[in-house]
Amino acid sequence: MPSFVNPEKCDGCKGGDKTACMYICPNDLMVLNVEAMKAYNQEPDACWECYSCVKICPQGAIAVRGYDDFVPMGGQVHPMRSSDSIMWTIKFRNGNIKRFKFPIRTTAEGSANAYSEVKGTNLDDECLAMETALKAPTMIVK
Amino acid sequence: MALPNKPKGELPAVANPEIVEHETDVLIVGGGMSACGAAFEIKKWAPADLKIMLVDKAAMMRSGAVAQGLSAINTYIGENQIENYVKMVRNDLMGVVREDLIYDLGRHVDESVKLFEEWGLPIWKKAEDGSNLDGSKPAPSLRDGGKPVRTGKWQIMINGESYKCIVAEAAKKALGEENIMERIFIVKMLLDKNVPNQIAGAVGFSVRENKVHVFKCKTAMVACGGAVNIFRPRSTGEGKGRAWYPVWNAGSTYTMCAQVGATLTMMENRFTPARFKDGYGPVGAWFLLFKAKVSNGNGEFYAMGDAAKEELKKFMPYGASAITPTCLRNHLMVNEFKEGRGPVYMATDVALNSFLDDMRAAGKDEKEVKKFWKHLESEAWEDFLDMSIGQAGLWAGMNIEPEKIGSEIMPTEPYMLGSHSGCCGIWTSGPDESWVPSIDGPRSHQYKWGYNRMTTVDGLFTAGDGVGASGHKFSSGSHTEGRIVGKQLVRYCRDHADFKPELAQTAAELAAEIYAPVTRYLEHVGASTHQDVNPNYCKPHGLMMRLMKATDEYGGGVATYYMTSGKMLNICLDLLRMLREDAEKMAAGDLHELMRAWENYHRIWCVETHIRHIEFRKESRYPGFYYRSDFPTCDDDNWKAFVNSTFDPQTKEWKCEKVECINIVETEPWI
Repeated sequence: MPSFVNPEKCDGCKGGDKTACMYICPNDLMVLNVEAMKAYNQEPDACWECYSCVKICPQGAIAVRGYDDFVPMGGQVHPMRSSDSIMWTIKFRNGNIKRFKFPIRTTAEGSANAYSEVKGTNLDDECLAMETALKAPTMIVK
Repeated sequence: MALPNKPKGELPAVANPEIVEHETDVLIVGGGMSACGAAFEIKKWAPADLKIMLVDKAAMMRSGAVAQGLSAINTYIGENQIENYVKMVRNDLMGVVREDLIYDLGRHVDESVKLFEEWGLPIWKKAEDGSNLDGSKPAPSLRDGGKPVRTGKWQIMINGESYKCIVAEAAKKALGEENIMERIFIVKMLLDKNVPNQIAGAVGFSVRENKVHVFKCKTAMVACGGAVNIFRPRSTGEGKGRAWYPVWNAGSTYTMCAQVGATLTMMENRFTPARFKDGYGPVGAWFLLFKAKVSNGNGEFYAMGDAAKEELKKFMPYGASAITPTCLRNHLMVNEFKEGRGPVYMATDVALNSFLDDMRAAGKDEKEVKKFWKHLESEAWEDFLDMSIGQAGLWAGMNIEPEKIGSEIMPTEPYMLGSHSGCCGIWTSGPDESWVPSIDGPRSHQYKWGYNRMTTVDGLFTAGDGVGASGHKFSSGSHTEGRIVGKQLVRYCRDHADFKPELAQTAAELAAEIYAPVTRYLEHVGASTHQDVNPNYCKPHGLMMRLMKATDEYGGGVATYYMTSGKMLNICLDLLRMLREDAEKMAAGDLHELMRAWENYHRIWCVETHIRHIEFRKESRYPGFYYRSDFPTCDDDNWKAFVNSTFDPQTKEWKCEKVECINIVETEPWI
């Protein structure tokens, strides 16, 4: 389907300001039905399987079922993402399981230095704010 | 479908949306890597009272082409010479590129990569014993001389699941959350009422509430990616979402800039990547890191044979380089399919096992070999899990373990973009440097006109996929180009301090135009019991399928192995003309559908420029990406030139022209 929502786990983010999956989906696919207080993927054939909704869901309510026009059933790829790493579980159609863990970030969330105190000096040259000199081509055409 | 006929989505559109008007000095349209670069840089130049707004169709933490993550950064100059980067890009794109733009990007790009690492992006490093360390292991940073793991000459490996989150965090902090609006889809750029050829604003709408947003600005950057779902994809069911490039890129950059008169360049260029079949997982690491080879259905490594060498000699000097241009690699593969020698396999099993054989031959015991294998297997899967998870899902569903069996690869449907191994886009000014050629004539022939990366429209800038004739920027280069523009936006405002933007249309007129598909829906919905079948309107989804069928069959899509001709292209243009007329009959019942309607307007325009350019260029410049049966060869004598096109917003006429392509970097030796 791409991503789908388990109704037993989804709480619609309790109708708060942000429904997490709806907030994050790059293609505007995840929506909240306010009456049922459940989210769903409103356009499965436009889903990139980017897993942004799966990774962000605070209830772990979202998973992915492979595209039905070419993926045989039974396999599953599912992540558990923390602030510094991600653990993937890959279940094969034949039941085999593989697990992989990868780092995703080496600094604390929110700590990226925006260099807000840096000010550029000369607006009329081609140097960017954190550069002082620039190269020019040397192997030029004769 | 159950009666009664009602809007599909959860957010029905209404007849009279609220109109919100904004005044700003600078408007940044887009939220991807380029926009993040601009957001990071601009405040370092802007005076405190300069008003800057960034507007993103999605949420910046996961918007743009890097939303899912990446497993590599493909442009990092490092120890190499920038001139050699220019040569590589020039050769890969068959000679017709803007070397000034490519060189300029190359001299700024490493700083972006070093910033990414500092912000927390894990970058693989080479250990002293030559083994690969993932990015969380202690090792010197790039800035401190750490050695990245190179796959090719220009690429470095990363643990990039959170790449976009990290880059967006720095951008948001730099610009300030209060200056960022998410879930607003800008659909039209607007010219000034009084000053000719001057940008003055933009209009869009919220996909969350019934609001039309009208912006007035002195200068703007448009960077909304390339174009996807413009040719019929190989998977037309659910799997059409598994596009190789992000499925939400609708050609908005090209269309919105072209409509206000910005000259486009090389719109005939397209990218038809060869990828793992169906899942469209990346092949770069398999070729470069794991040294895998491709074989045809007969088990022959066709790309390395004498026949392939002979074929490549037809395309000199391009075919002679050690790294065959991407289109020519495709050309060899397409030939195999056409001759019935498919399927084509990536021999993943041979590649991975040869590493283990090497270990054993070097006298390693089985315990060491096993440990090495665990690491190698993890690297192989991470390549997919970082950036193309759907491919891992396909392998899981097919019980594919890459060490046991190879996987099919195949050229996909065509895409339009300017940052990857493609170079369609907008004609922009290069840097204000003496080594950039000075040309007399209109801007559409010039290489520089004062503001780096400004389009031919005053005050309108672009970056990333938007800047044409300079591919191979990838994620890092797009961020860099955004930083370049960030500075120029401030400079433009300083130089035009007295300019007071005024729009030609009222906000109410603009809102009526933006919400026309909603008005049409509400007027006619009662004429049918089915939500999508109505004699008075068409729905965005059906119109998109119609577009993709026309381009696929007549414009050189997968249906004809990328073959077209002057006759077929003109049929395609006729179909597109009617499609453009019928697009005025699209209807949208909810806000999501309204977004799809406007994406279609953008797609149609953008692909029309593509077809016009292919029709104008009487040769086949990119064999393997597309062919013209009436001009089947790459004709350097007549066509080693740019094709630039300009739409006149006053007369509504298109003009295509040939523009001189000037080499800056030495041509002897070519590579």
